[in-house]
Amino acid sequence: MDSIISAASVIAAGLSVGLAAIGPGIGQGNAAGQAVEGIARQPEAENKIRGTLLLSLAFMEALTIYGLVVALSLLFANPFTS
Amino acid sequence: MNLNSVDSLLLISGVEVGKHFYWEFQGITFHGQVFIVSLFVISLILIFSILGTLNLKTIPEGFQNFMEFVVEFTSTIAKDQIGESYYRPWIPFVGTLFLFILGCNWAGALIPWKIIELPEGELAAPTNDINTTVALALITSFSYFYAGLNKKGLAYFKRYIQPTPVLLPINILEDFTKPLSLSFRLFGNILADELTVSVLVMLVPLIIPLPIMVLGLFASSIQALIFSTLASAYIGEALEGH
Repeated sequence: MDSIISAASVIAAGLSVGLAAIGPGIGQGNAAGQAVEGIARQPEAENKIRGTLLLSLAFMEALTIYGLVVALSLLFANPFTS
Repeated sequence: MNLNSVDSLLLISGVEVGKHFYWEFQGITFHGQVFIVSLFVISLILIFSILGTLNLKTIPEGFQNFMEFVVEFTSTIAKDQIGESYYRPWIPFVGTLFLFILGCNWAGALIPWKIIELPEGELAAPTNDINTTVALALITSFSYFYAGLNKKGLAYFKRYIQPTPVLLPINILEDFTKPLSLSFRLFGNILADELTVSVLVMLVPLIIPLPIMVLGLFASSIQALIFSTLASAYIGEALEGH
Protein backbone atom coordinates (compact mmCIF):
# COMPACT_ATOMS: atom_id res chain seq x y z
CA MET A 1 0.00 0.00 0.00
CA ASP A 2 1.31 3.42 -0.95
CA SER A 3 2.13 5.24 2.28
CA ILE A 4 0.81 8.60 1.07
CA ILE A 5 -2.49 7.03 0.08
CA SER A 6 -2.85 5.32 3.44
CA ALA A 7 -1.93 8.47 5.36
CA ALA A 8 -4.42 10.50 3.35
CA SER A 9 -7.08 7.83 3.88
CA VAL A 10 -6.63 7.81 7.65
CA ILE A 11 -6.79 11.61 7.84
CA ALA A 12 -9.82 11.66 5.56
CA ALA A 13 -11.53 9.00 7.66
CA GLY A 14 -11.03 11.06 10.80
CA LEU A 15 -12.23 14.23 9.11
CA SER A 16 -15.27 12.60 7.55
CA VAL A 17 -16.66 11.52 10.91
CA GLY A 18 -15.59 14.66 12.71
CA LEU A 19 -17.02 17.10 10.19
CA ALA A 20 -20.16 15.05 9.72
CA ALA A 21 -20.79 15.20 13.46
CA ILE A 22 -20.90 19.02 13.65
CA GLY A 23 -24.19 19.70 11.90
CA PRO A 24 -26.23 16.87 13.41
CA GLY A 25 -24.79 17.78 16.83
CA ILE A 26 -26.18 21.29 16.56
CA GLY A 27 -29.45 19.95 15.17
CA GLN A 28 -29.88 17.36 17.89
CA GLY A 29 -29.14 19.94 20.56
CA ASN A 30 -31.77 22.25 19.12
CA ALA A 31 -34.32 19.48 18.86
CA ALA A 32 -33.72 18.22 22.39
CA GLY A 33 -33.88 21.76 23.78
CA GLN A 34 -37.17 22.44 22.05
CA ALA A 35 -38.54 19.11 23.26
CA VAL A 36 -37.63 19.92 26.86
CA GLU A 37 -39.31 23.28 26.46
CA GLY A 38 -42.37 21.59 25.06
CA ILE A 39 -42.52 19.15 27.96
CA ALA A 40 -42.10 21.98 30.45
CA ARG A 41 -45.01 23.80 28.89
CA GLN A 42 -47.22 20.77 28.52
CA PRO A 43 -46.13 17.91 30.78
CA GLU A 44 -49.12 15.80 29.72
CA ALA A 45 -47.81 15.62 26.15
CA GLU A 46 -44.53 14.08 27.30
CA ASN A 47 -45.01 10.66 25.73
CA LYS A 48 -45.91 12.02 22.33
CA ILE A 49 -43.02 14.48 22.39
CA ARG A 50 -40.59 11.78 23.43
CA GLY A 51 -41.58 9.49 20.58
CA THR A 52 -41.29 12.24 17.99
CA LEU A 53 -38.00 13.41 19.47
CA LEU A 54 -36.45 9.95 19.33
CA LEU A 55 -37.56 9.47 15.75
CA SER A 56 -36.18 12.82 14.62
CA LEU A 57 -32.95 12.33 16.59
CA ALA A 58 -32.41 9.10 14.70
CA PHE A 59 -32.89 10.93 11.41
CA MET A 60 -30.26 13.48 12.37
CA GLU A 61 -27.94 10.78 13.58
CA ALA A 62 -28.19 9.16 10.17
CA LEU A 63 -26.25 12.10 8.71
CA THR A 64 -23.28 11.38 10.95
CA ILE A 65 -23.64 7.74 10.07
CA TYR A 66 -23.16 8.57 6.39
CA GLY A 67 -19.85 10.14 7.33
CA LEU A 68 -19.04 7.06 9.34
CA VAL A 69 -19.80 4.81 6.38
CA VAL A 70 -17.39 6.86 4.29
CA ALA A 71 -14.76 6.58 7.03
CA LEU A 72 -15.25 2.83 7.36
CA SER A 73 -14.99 2.28 3.65
CA LEU A 74 -11.77 4.33 3.61
CA LEU A 75 -10.32 2.26 6.45
CA PHE A 76 -11.50 -1.24 5.60
CA ALA A 77 -12.45 -1.27 1.93
CA ASN A 78 -10.32 1.46 0.43
CA PRO A 79 -10.90 1.55 -3.33
CA PHE A 80 -7.63 3.41 -4.00
CA THR A 81 -5.33 0.67 -2.74
CA SER A 82 -5.33 -2.07 -5.28
CA MET B 1 -6.84 -4.24 7.46
CA ASN B 2 -7.66 -5.87 10.74
CA LEU B 3 -7.91 -4.29 14.15
CA ASN B 4 -7.02 -7.63 15.68
CA SER B 5 -3.41 -6.80 15.07
CA VAL B 6 -3.69 -3.97 17.63
CA ASP B 7 -3.36 -6.44 20.44
CA SER B 8 -3.38 -10.13 19.75
CA LEU B 9 -3.50 -10.97 23.47
CA LEU B 10 -6.92 -9.51 24.05
CA LEU B 11 -8.85 -11.52 21.54
CA ILE B 12 -12.08 -11.65 23.50
CA SER B 13 -13.55 -9.51 20.82
CA GLY B 14 -12.07 -8.73 17.48
CA VAL B 15 -13.28 -6.56 14.69
CA GLU B 16 -13.49 -8.17 11.31
CA VAL B 17 -14.85 -5.87 8.67
CA GLY B 18 -14.84 -7.08 5.12
CA LYS B 19 -14.05 -10.69 5.94
CA HIS B 20 -16.70 -13.18 4.98
CA PHE B 21 -17.41 -16.86 5.15
CA TYR B 22 -17.98 -17.47 1.46
CA TRP B 23 -20.42 -19.98 0.10
CA GLU B 24 -20.23 -20.93 -3.56
CA PHE B 25 -23.51 -21.92 -5.13
CA GLN B 26 -23.76 -22.38 -8.89
CA GLY B 27 -21.07 -19.84 -9.55
CA ILE B 28 -22.57 -17.19 -7.26
CA THR B 29 -20.80 -16.29 -4.04
CA PHE B 30 -22.79 -15.80 -0.88
CA HIS B 31 -21.82 -14.44 2.49
CA GLY B 32 -22.47 -17.53 4.59
CA GLN B 33 -22.41 -15.93 8.02
CA VAL B 34 -25.24 -13.59 7.04
CA PHE B 35 -27.35 -16.51 5.84
CA ILE B 36 -26.79 -18.56 8.99
CA VAL B 37 -27.86 -15.76 11.34
CA SER B 38 -30.73 -14.62 9.08
CA LEU B 39 -32.11 -18.15 8.92
CA PHE B 40 -31.79 -18.35 12.70
CA VAL B 41 -33.74 -15.11 13.10
CA ILE B 42 -36.37 -16.20 10.56
CA SER B 43 -36.90 -19.51 12.34
CA LEU B 44 -37.08 -17.71 15.68
CA ILE B 45 -39.83 -15.43 14.40
CA LEU B 46 -41.61 -18.42 12.83
CA ILE B 47 -41.48 -20.38 16.09
CA PHE B 48 -42.78 -17.37 18.01
CA SER B 49 -45.69 -16.85 15.67
CA ILE B 50 -46.58 -20.54 15.48
CA LEU B 51 -46.47 -20.85 19.27
CA GLY B 52 -48.58 -17.71 19.60
CA THR B 53 -51.30 -18.97 17.26
CA LEU B 54 -51.25 -22.64 18.23
CA ASN B 55 -54.08 -22.48 20.71
CA LEU B 56 -56.19 -19.43 19.94
CA LYS B 57 -58.64 -18.26 22.59
CA THR B 58 -61.15 -15.44 22.64
CA ILE B 59 -59.62 -14.16 25.84
CA PRO B 60 -55.88 -14.29 25.11
CA GLU B 61 -53.50 -15.58 27.70
CA GLY B 62 -49.78 -16.12 27.94
CA PHE B 63 -47.99 -16.24 24.65
CA GLN B 64 -50.99 -15.31 22.56
CA ASN B 65 -51.29 -12.14 24.60
CA PHE B 66 -47.70 -11.24 23.84
CA MET B 67 -48.05 -11.92 20.12
CA GLU B 68 -51.24 -9.86 19.96
CA PHE B 69 -49.36 -7.00 21.55
CA VAL B 70 -46.63 -7.35 18.91
CA VAL B 71 -49.14 -7.38 16.05
CA GLU B 72 -50.94 -4.39 17.49
CA PHE B 73 -47.68 -2.50 17.84
CA THR B 74 -46.64 -3.15 14.25
CA SER B 75 -50.07 -2.32 12.90
CA THR B 76 -49.93 1.00 14.76
CA ILE B 77 -46.73 1.82 12.87
CA ALA B 78 -48.51 1.12 9.58
CA LYS B 79 -51.68 2.92 10.62
CA ASP B 80 -49.91 6.09 11.73
CA GLN B 81 -48.10 6.49 8.42
CA ILE B 82 -50.33 4.97 5.75
CA GLY B 83 -53.68 6.11 7.10
CA GLU B 84 -56.82 4.48 8.34
CA SER B 85 -58.25 3.48 4.96
CA TYR B 86 -55.31 1.71 3.27
CA TYR B 87 -53.10 0.38 6.04
CA ARG B 88 -54.55 -3.09 6.48
CA PRO B 89 -52.94 -4.89 3.50
CA TRP B 90 -49.56 -3.45 4.47
CA ILE B 91 -49.49 -4.70 8.07
CA PRO B 92 -47.74 -7.98 7.14
CA PHE B 93 -45.04 -6.18 5.16
CA VAL B 94 -44.32 -3.48 7.73
CA GLY B 95 -44.57 -5.95 10.59
CA THR B 96 -42.19 -8.38 8.94
CA LEU B 97 -39.69 -5.62 8.25
CA PHE B 98 -39.84 -4.46 11.85
CA LEU B 99 -39.58 -7.92 13.40
CA PHE B 100 -36.86 -9.12 11.05
CA ILE B 101 -34.67 -6.05 11.53
CA LEU B 102 -35.23 -6.05 15.28
CA GLY B 103 -34.47 -9.77 15.42
CA CYS B 104 -31.31 -9.34 13.34
CA ASN B 105 -30.01 -6.43 15.39
CA TRP B 106 -30.68 -8.06 18.71
CA ALA B 107 -29.45 -11.47 17.61
CA GLY B 108 -26.14 -9.89 16.73
CA ALA B 109 -25.91 -8.10 20.06
CA LEU B 110 -27.38 -10.59 22.53
CA ILE B 111 -26.13 -13.98 21.38
CA PRO B 112 -22.44 -14.79 21.96
CA TRP B 113 -21.72 -15.92 18.41
CA LYS B 114 -17.98 -15.99 19.11
CA ILE B 115 -18.48 -19.46 20.62
CA ILE B 116 -19.08 -20.82 17.13
CA GLU B 117 -15.91 -20.78 15.08
CA LEU B 118 -16.14 -20.19 11.37
CA PRO B 119 -13.31 -20.88 8.92
CA GLU B 120 -13.33 -17.20 8.00
CA GLY B 121 -15.30 -14.17 9.12
CA GLU B 122 -17.55 -14.25 12.15
CA LEU B 123 -21.21 -14.59 12.94
CA ALA B 124 -22.79 -11.25 13.73
CA ALA B 125 -25.92 -9.26 13.06
CA PRO B 126 -26.95 -9.82 9.42
CA THR B 127 -27.75 -6.12 9.18
CA ASN B 128 -24.07 -5.23 9.50
CA ASP B 129 -23.62 -6.54 5.96
CA ILE B 130 -24.58 -3.89 3.45
CA ASN B 131 -26.10 -6.50 1.12
CA THR B 132 -28.83 -7.29 3.65
CA THR B 133 -29.79 -3.68 4.21
CA VAL B 134 -29.72 -2.87 0.49
CA ALA B 135 -31.98 -5.86 -0.16
CA LEU B 136 -34.44 -4.68 2.49
CA ALA B 137 -34.36 -1.12 1.11
CA LEU B 138 -34.95 -2.34 -2.46
CA ILE B 139 -37.90 -4.44 -1.33
CA THR B 140 -39.29 -1.26 0.23
CA SER B 141 -38.76 0.65 -3.02
CA PHE B 142 -40.52 -1.99 -5.08
CA SER B 143 -43.42 -2.13 -2.68
CA TYR B 144 -44.12 1.58 -2.68
CA PHE B 145 -44.02 1.55 -6.48
CA TYR B 146 -46.40 -1.40 -6.42
CA ALA B 147 -48.66 0.41 -3.95
CA GLY B 148 -48.83 3.51 -6.12
CA LEU B 149 -49.24 1.71 -9.44
CA ASN B 150 -51.80 -0.65 -7.98
CA LYS B 151 -53.96 2.17 -6.70
CA LYS B 152 -53.62 4.82 -9.40
CA GLY B 153 -52.37 2.96 -12.46
CA LEU B 154 -50.16 4.98 -14.77
CA ALA B 155 -51.52 8.18 -13.23
CA TYR B 156 -49.10 7.41 -10.41
CA PHE B 157 -46.29 8.90 -12.49
CA LYS B 158 -48.09 12.25 -12.46
CA ARG B 159 -46.57 12.84 -9.07
CA TYR B 160 -43.20 13.36 -10.71
CA ILE B 161 -44.36 16.63 -12.26
CA GLN B 162 -46.12 17.85 -9.17
CA PRO B 163 -46.22 20.59 -7.96
CA THR B 164 -44.36 21.87 -11.04
CA PRO B 165 -42.53 20.08 -13.88
CA VAL B 166 -39.36 21.96 -12.82
CA LEU B 167 -39.03 19.53 -9.92
CA LEU B 168 -38.92 16.48 -12.22
CA PRO B 169 -35.18 15.76 -11.76
CA ILE B 170 -35.42 16.09 -7.99
CA ASN B 171 -38.45 13.84 -7.86
CA ILE B 172 -36.66 11.18 -9.92
CA LEU B 173 -33.54 11.55 -7.79
CA GLU B 174 -35.66 10.98 -4.70
CA ASP B 175 -36.47 7.45 -5.84
CA PHE B 176 -32.75 6.66 -5.73
CA THR B 177 -31.89 8.48 -2.53
CA LYS B 178 -34.68 6.78 -0.59
CA PRO B 179 -33.24 3.25 -0.71
CA LEU B 180 -29.71 4.65 -0.42
CA SER B 181 -30.42 6.49 2.81
CA LEU B 182 -32.54 3.63 4.20
CA SER B 183 -29.81 1.06 3.65
CA PHE B 184 -26.89 3.26 4.76
CA ARG B 185 -28.68 4.35 7.91
CA LEU B 186 -29.33 0.82 9.10
CA PHE B 187 -25.97 -0.56 8.00
CA GLY B 188 -23.98 2.31 9.48
CA ASN B 189 -25.79 2.29 12.79
CA ILE B 190 -25.41 -1.43 13.38
CA LEU B 191 -21.82 -1.61 12.21
CA ALA B 192 -20.90 1.49 14.23
CA ASP B 193 -22.47 -0.05 17.30
CA GLU B 194 -20.58 -3.32 16.92
CA LEU B 195 -17.32 -1.51 16.23
CA THR B 196 -17.71 0.73 19.28
CA VAL B 197 -18.42 -2.23 21.52
CA SER B 198 -15.52 -4.28 20.19
CA VAL B 199 -13.04 -1.42 20.40
CA LEU B 200 -14.13 -0.75 23.98
CA VAL B 201 -13.88 -4.43 24.86
CA MET B 202 -10.39 -4.43 23.38
CA LEU B 203 -9.39 -1.55 25.66
CA VAL B 204 -11.27 -2.46 28.84
CA PRO B 205 -12.69 -5.98 28.79
CA LEU B 206 -14.87 -5.71 31.89
CA ILE B 207 -17.92 -3.67 32.93
CA ILE B 208 -17.04 -0.43 31.06
CA PRO B 209 -18.55 -1.61 27.72
CA LEU B 210 -21.84 -2.62 29.37
CA PRO B 211 -23.59 0.80 29.20
CA ILE B 212 -22.56 1.12 25.56
CA MET B 213 -24.00 -2.34 24.89
CA VAL B 214 -27.29 -1.35 26.48
CA LEU B 215 -27.28 1.87 24.48
CA GLY B 216 -26.64 -0.26 21.40
CA LEU B 217 -29.64 -2.46 22.14
CA PHE B 218 -31.78 0.65 22.50
CA ALA B 219 -30.39 2.22 19.33
CA SER B 220 -30.90 -0.92 17.29
CA SER B 221 -34.53 -1.23 18.33
CA ILE B 222 -35.00 2.43 17.37
CA GLN B 223 -33.40 1.68 14.01
CA ALA B 224 -35.87 -1.16 13.39
CA LEU B 225 -38.69 1.22 14.30
CA ILE B 226 -37.30 3.91 11.99
CA PHE B 227 -36.88 1.55 9.05
CA SER B 228 -40.44 0.27 9.28
CA THR B 229 -41.84 3.75 9.94
CA LEU B 230 -40.06 5.13 6.90
CA ALA B 231 -41.10 2.19 4.73
CA SER B 232 -44.73 2.77 5.65
CA ALA B 233 -44.31 6.53 5.21
CA TYR B 234 -43.08 5.97 1.64
CA ILE B 235 -45.97 3.60 0.95
CA GLY B 236 -48.39 6.10 2.44
CA GLU B 237 -46.90 8.85 0.27
CA ALA B 238 -47.40 6.72 -2.85
CA LEU B 239 -50.99 5.99 -1.85
CA GLU B 240 -52.13 9.49 -0.92
CA GLY B 241 -54.20 11.67 -3.25
CA HIS B 242 -56.72 10.47 -5.77
